Formats: sequence, C-alpha cells, structure tokens
Amino acid sequence: MLHALHIVVCAGIVPDPLQTLEPVTGANGPALKNETMLPAVLDPWAASALYEGANLVAKNPGSKLWLVSMGPKAKLQQVMMTVAQKATFELVPIDSASNGFADAHATAAAVADAIEGIPGLEKTRLLIFGGWESASRGAGVTLQVVGERLGITDQFMGVDQIEMREDGSFEVLERVEGGKHQVSVCAGAPAVFGWATGNLPEPRGNPQIGMANMRTVMPALQKAKPTTLADGGLKFVSATLPSQQRQTRVVKDLAPEVIAAELVEWIGAE
Amino acid sequence: MATSATASSAIMLTLPTDGIRQMQWRFADRYDLQMLVQSARGVARGTVAQMVASGERNSHEWTPAKNEMLEAFDRAGITAAFMEPEEGGFISGPKNLALALAAFELAWVDGGAATASLAGFLALAPIHERGTPEQSRHYKELSAPPQPGEDRKPWRGAFVLTEPIPYVGVDTGMLSGKVRIAEWREDEEPWLQVEKRGRFITNIAFANFVTAAVASDDPRIKGSCVVILEETDEGTFDHGTPTKKLVHQLSSTGDPIFNLKVPAGRIVGGYAVREGVLVPNFNHSEVIEAVFRRTRVTVGLMTAAKLLSAVEPVIRYQRGRFRGAEGAKPGTVRYEQGIQQREDALHRLVEVWATGEAAASLGFAAARLFDELDPIEKQKTAIMAERGISGGRAELKALRASEERAVALLRMSERDPRREEIAADPLVQFVLKDAEANVLCPATKLWNTGVGANMMREAVSLMGGYGITEDCPGFLASKWMDAQLEATYEGPEAVQRRQLTITMTSEVFLAQFSAWTGEMRKIAATHPGTGACTLATAMRMWQWTLEHLQKATDASGSKLYHGQRQGVTFPLADALCWLLACRYQIFDVLELERRGYADVTSGGDLAGTVRFLSELCHVQSARAAGEVSRICAELVFGYNEHPSWESEKCATCCFSASEVDELEETMPGIAAMAVDVIGPDGSHPTKAGPCAGCAGANDFLQLQNKLCSCLSGSRLAKDRAAETVSKVMIPEALDYPA
Repeated sequence: MLHALHIVVCAGIVPDPLQTLEPVTGANGPALKNETMLPAVLDPWAASALYEGANLVAKNPGSKLWLVSMGPKAKLQQVMMTVAQKATFELVPIDSASNGFADAHATAAAVADAIEGIPGLEKTRLLIFGGWESASRGAGVTLQVVGERLGITDQFMGVDQIEMREDGSFEVLERVEGGKHQVSVCAGAPAVFGWATGNLPEPRGNPQIGMANMRTVMPALQKAKPTTLADGGLKFVSATLPSQQRQTRVVKDLAPEVIAAELVEWIGAE
Repeated sequence: MATSATASSAIMLTLPTDGIRQMQWRFADRYDLQMLVQSARGVARGTVAQMVASGERNSHEWTPAKNEMLEAFDRAGITAAFMEPEEGGFISGPKNLALALAAFELAWVDGGAATASLAGFLALAPIHERGTPEQSRHYKELSAPPQPGEDRKPWRGAFVLTEPIPYVGVDTGMLSGKVRIAEWREDEEPWLQVEKRGRFITNIAFANFVTAAVASDDPRIKGSCVVILEETDEGTFDHGTPTKKLVHQLSSTGDPIFNLKVPAGRIVGGYAVREGVLVPNFNHSEVIEAVFRRTRVTVGLMTAAKLLSAVEPVIRYQRGRFRGAEGAKPGTVRYEQGIQQREDALHRLVEVWATGEAAASLGFAAARLFDELDPIEKQKTAIMAERGISGGRAELKALRASEERAVALLRMSERDPRREEIAADPLVQFVLKDAEANVLCPATKLWNTGVGANMMREAVSLMGGYGITEDCPGFLASKWMDAQLEATYEGPEAVQRRQLTITMTSEVFLAQFSAWTGEMRKIAATHPGTGACTLATAMRMWQWTLEHLQKATDASGSKLYHGQRQGVTFPLADALCWLLACRYQIFDVLELERRGYADVTSGGDLAGTVRFLSELCHVQSARAAGEVSRICAELVFGYNEHPSWESEKCATCCFSASEVDELEETMPGIAAMAVDVIGPDGSHPTKAGPCAGCAGANDFLQLQNKLCSCLSGSRLAKDRAAETVSKVMIPEALDYPA
C-alpha cells in the first residue's frame, strides 16, 4: 500500500562556487563582499534532497512537495528560474541574508516557523528533507534543530537512500566510514533526513513544469516578508579565506604508470 | 554644449547581473523569458561549450555529438520556445524577444549553436507567418519536442531560399527552384512537381522537411510561392554535401537537391483556382519578407552577445598577464593589475564593451518592437480584409491616409485635442511601428554584425597571441570569424544597406526621427552624463545632410540621392545605424535607472552600474558622432569639384601678388590672411588648388562646429569607465570550459 507523504525540503541558496568569496566585516558582523551581486545556485547537497523528494512524491500518489528556501528575495527568484523546471513543488520563501554567517539556531527557528505556517501540512505524513552538508559553511546542526523545534526526533544524516515499505515504515541507508552504509528501519513519518548525494541524477529541466510552478512561486516571492535573524550572541573573531595551495611541477615524458604510482603515493601520504 | 559626468560617484562592483539585464532589456516581469534564458544558458555553457572545447568545430560533417546538441535544445525548451502552449510550447503570444534571448545566450558561447536553433524556427516561420491554420498546427505538432511519456522523434526543418548556384547560370535575386503541375484531375487537388537546388542551406543534414521558395514554370501556376517538401515525398530529397565552412561548424550547412511530387496543399498559405490557373495566396516574396524582417534581428543579437561575452575573459587575461613572472610579486601593481596598468588596454576594452552594449540595446529594442507590431499587424490585416482590400499595392494605397495622419500626429503639439483620437487609430499605430521596424531590422543586422565583427577583432587583439589560438578562453577567435558569417547570411550587408536607403527616407520614419532628436535633447537636460546631447546634435546633422543630399547635385549636375548612387545612400545608412544603436543604449540605461530605483531588491550596486553604463553611452555617443560627422562631411563636400590653379575661376577667386601688395598699403596685415596668392610669374602655393569655399554649406559647418564642442567630456567619461574596468570584480574562472 502506498502512503501519501508531505515532504518539505529545506534548501538554502549559496554563491556560485566559481565566484571569489571575500569575507568582510560590516555593521552587523561578517558578511561576504558584494554579497548581493554574487550569482547563486541551490545548495548542491539540499538539491539532492529536492530531487529525492520529488521522486518519492511521484511514486506515492497524493503526496505533496514543498521547498522552504531562505535567501534574499531577488536571488531566490533567479535561482528558482532553473530549479522550478526540475520538479513540481510549492515554494515557501524566507527573505533573509544567505551568506553563511547566520546563527544556525536562528536560521532553524525561522525555517521551523515557516514549516509550521504551511497550510494543510500534516505532521503525521511529514518528512523533512535537507542537505547533510552545505556549500556555505554549514554549521551541520540546522536541520537537526529544525526537527527538534518541530518535535521530530527520528533523524537520519548522510542519507543516500530511502525505501518505503507497504506498512508505512521505511528503510534508510546512512553513510558511515569506509564507503559503507548503516541500515535503519523507521516506523514511519514524521522524520528528518539530511541527504548526502542520494542516487538520482539531476532531473532534466522541463519548462512546462517551470511555468506551472511559477504560478505559485512568483506570488509567494512577492508576499515574502523580510526576516531578520537574531544573532543569538554569536560573535565571529575573524573570517578569512583558506589560503590557496598550488604545488605545480612541470614534468615531461613521464609514463602513465609512473604518474599513477606517484598519485597513489601522494594520496597515501594525505 | 558642455556635458558633465553623472552626479553619482558610486562605482560598479561586479559585471552586470541577470537582474540588471532583465530590467534593461525589459523582461524583469516575464518569468517565462527568465526561465528560457536560464535554460538556454545551461545548454550553452554546458553541452555546447564542452563540444567546442573538445574540437567538434573541427568537422564539417554532422556528427552524433552535434545531434545531441539538438536534443539538448529540446530538453531545455529552446525548440519549444517557438510554439504556443497548446502546440507544446510554454510561451504565449509573440516570441521575437524570446527567440532573441535564447539565441543571445547560445551565441554567448557559440554562434553555430545559436544558428542551429534559429534555423529550425526559420523553417517553421513561413508556415507560422503565412501558413494555413492546418499547416501551422500540423508542422508545429510534428516539430514540438516529445512530452513526458511520449515516444517519438521531433521533426527538424530547413528553410530553402533563393540562393543562387554559382557558375551554373543562376542570377542573384532569381529563384533557383521551379514548380509545375504534375497532375490535375477534375475535382481533385492538383499535384505539383517541384525542382529545387539549394545553396548553403542550414539544418539540411538532418531536415525531415523543408520550406522551399519556387517560381512557376507552368502557365497553370501564377507567380511564385513557398512550398513544403517532406523527405518521404515521391522523388529525390537529396540532403547534399556539407559546405566546408570555416565558421559556425556546429550548425549543418549543405547544398541540397530536390525533385519531388507533392500535393498543392503544401503551398504555404494555400491557393485559389481562378480561370483554370492555380494562384498561391502568397507569393514567395510576401512569405520571405514576413520571415526575414524578424529573424534578421536575432542574427544581429548573436554578434552583440559575442562582444559582451569577450569582456570577462579579456579582463581576466589582462589582470593575470604577468602573474608567474619573476618581476611580478603578489601585491605589486604589476601582479594585481597586469596589463590593466596601461590606459590603452583599458580604453580599447571600454570601446568593445560600449559597442556590445549598444548592439544589444538596438537588437533587443527591435525584437521588442516586433513583439508589439505582431498583434497590431494582425489587426491591420483584419481591417483591410473587412474593407475588401488585398494585395501589397492596394494595401499601400489604403494606408497612405493613415501615414499622413501619423505624420500629423508626430508634428502635433502635446495639447492638440485631435491627438488622442489619432493615436488610438490602429492603422496609425501600425504605420508608426511598421516604419520604425522597417528601419530597425536592417539596422540591427547591418550595424551589429558589421561593426561587431570589426570590434571582435579588437577584442581578439586585446588577448595578444593567445587570442588567436584555440585555447583562448571564451573562444574569441572563433567568435571573430563567426561574426563575419553573421554579417553575410540572411542577407549580406549590401542588402541591408539597400533596404535602409528606402525605409529610412519614408516620410513617417523621418517625422519620427525628427521627434526623436528633440526627445534626445530633453533626455540630455536630465541625464547629461549619457552623451544624449552629443547624440542629438549628430542626429540633427544626419537629417540635415539627408535633406541636403536629396536636393543637391554633384559637380556634373547629376542628382546625388537616388537608388543607383550607393556611394551616397549606403554611407548615410551606415551613419544612421550608429545613431540608432546609441539611442537605444541610452534608453536602456534610463529604464534601468527608473526601474532599478523603484525596485528595493536591486541592491546597493545599482548606482554604480547606472553610472558605468551611462559612461559607456557617452563613449559610444562620441564615437557615433565622429562617424556621422566624417561620413556627412565627405558626402556634403566630396561631390564638389576641387578648385584648380588652371581653371578660369582661379583668376577671380585668387589674389595676385600685386593686388595683395596694394591692399597691404591701405590695410596693413591683410597679406598674412591671403592664402591663395598667384605670383607675377604665375607661381602659386604648393597644394592641389585654391582652397574650396564653403558657400552653401554654412549650416553644415555650424552643425559640425557644434558637434565638435559637444564632444566635451566624452574622453573624461572614457577615463572613468576605464577606471571601473580596472576595478570591477570578476569571477575566478569563466563559467564554461575553454
């Protein structure tokens, strides 16, 4: 028997990885230089969660997918132009900074409040999805705190696969050391899943899905009210870019097996 | 006329963002177009860039990898962008801006990829513009990408026009295809025999159908038409051999041969039978005109994309030029700024950038104009049909009164009570927009591609030797070569100039142009830093020169402005294009400022971006003014005979040495002012002849003087723009492989 699920994906937006990110200290603490101008993408870890969520919704008729995303409204709009073509969802935007310096607890509070405010959401069917990691200095706790605030204590991190069972329970594969997975069985919703990469490729864009999504995405963006996150006493002593390491040797006419051996040796040393 | 910098001292921090472009090019409220842009960008900077980087351009053949690119277009919604939602598309209404934006994104990486996308639309465009509803629905459904769950391959099409086959006795302008009646049984649809040889036909390697222009070779068929041919029709559908192009290798080009038997229902737009003769509802010219006046704009935008795409790689190259050298230690100016320490490198890049901005502004303005024109044109057609008027000449005659009303409207005072009624007349709206579109289309094609190709050479040169290698980031060398094809296909430069010489002298357009000059002066009053005043003066000079040349004769008494005298008409057309490009560039900055400040999410960099883009307008206005001044001066003076020492007139226009001596006694110092003095022995200054007088050209010289002083401040604007270019933040790496 299939079960209708209410899946909420929490996915932030992050600066395009190709951009130079330069921390600066502003009036409100650390921020990124030219933050508002940096092109953004959906956080790649959370994007995996979105694709997995869409897949589960497609397999379980009657299910519904929401995407809760925090970021400056203009940036969210830009990112949604691409993301909205990948899967059918309803956007729940939170208009706030997304520079990675926000306090994880304040962020989790805002996200949990947004989830609580979703009309028609049933907690007994609720699966909270998100990224296990983040491309923007994730504190590694946001998703768990969101779950706690919503009273959801079944939480799985580093998830690569969920298999729904007929009785509503599901088997979860979580990454552990050595490329292995820990297998757990959860009795059913509600639960929190911090996804690793999952197994699904990025879906093909479909502009017709995008157009359908836009009918709800654009009004939601227009209605989104600016949210200021409390700093919760968080203070940054300093913020610097990691120093660039470039160790280049120019070597000619080296046999492939010698190169391979050297790489193995180098990896071993690391 | 003094010009001043913009009041703001903010500096642009990053390259213009999507948000900025959406406001400038007026699609900030169109999320369908924003989605299309993101999708097309994904294909361009993903699939297409990887193909170019891996050497797919090195083959003339249509390869499996190139075929995958078409599938990527389908997946990204680019193919469906031409269609209505009920036909499998996702954009409703006119699609000129949509297709222009998609081609712009593809051409940002590769012109051939953009051409491949456009050529599919080009094949469908005759059917879309002039086809019967059944033809339109049938071929669009076949060409629409499969929907989820559908298992079929979409049809691909090619547009087979009138290209002459060299050395086989076909003249340019003549159709190289013939159509005859193959069978015509009573009470049945006639069958046609179509023979056609195409030359340089895009998309032909994989085309399942073509729309081919053919002329009648049978007294039972009137005139010419465009006919749809399918590869499964009875007879020969030979895709031909690939053309050995040096450019645009990601699009397929070849010389097909067709000899096919098809039902007469394949004539685009249908036909009627009158007195035993099959009369196509549209001749081939009517079909082609409707198609090309739209698609040529998109080609112009492809070159604009190349110029703007060159900015980031050039900046990165200039800044990193000396890094790694022993003398360039981190922290030193040489290390941080590289070649950008030098003014010349910055100034030249500013010119490339300014040209790219102007070209994009002109092209997108034209695309938007056609979006506005499309519904009005349909309304006009309906009104004409209601009045029982059909055919080109009858329509032109019927529109004459509307043209007069349009001109009257343009010359009317703001408070005139008749204004509202005339402005609301759909036929007046049509003639106004049609007159503008008839100029903007060839102007975009001509200026963007021609001047764009020259400026791409400049961009390549800014990369040094690296620029002319396959390794050059941004594929700049390929883009330079590709721009040359863009200047040629879909009507080479001479065709565009020829069209402009006719359309730019229409009474309606000239009345509009005159109003635009006044409008530009008003803009200058509020935005002096844009160079609008310089542009207004140059516009006035252009119109003065046109009016002068329309009346003037050359030294032998021959009329100067007429169709055959291309030495006069073509340069004037070129000059007009410079002015138009600047006009729309300024409008785009004004729109950005208006819209940007009203939008609280625009961010803190808006002032700096507006300031920088205004300075580029100023730089471009000065360049345009220089071009216009040079061209107009040559035309105004160049057809006068230069005075000669030997001519009889010399005796009356020159002083003799003795006359000067006598005058010197009564007016001391006058000898120093006498330039052309004939000595007692007949000797004279060593030059071509006595200096030419300026009788009759005082007005022009006054305008030219004014224009010279209008240039005040333009180089200061260039200095400021250069400073911004030296500081603007760019990404660490290009977002597509090279």
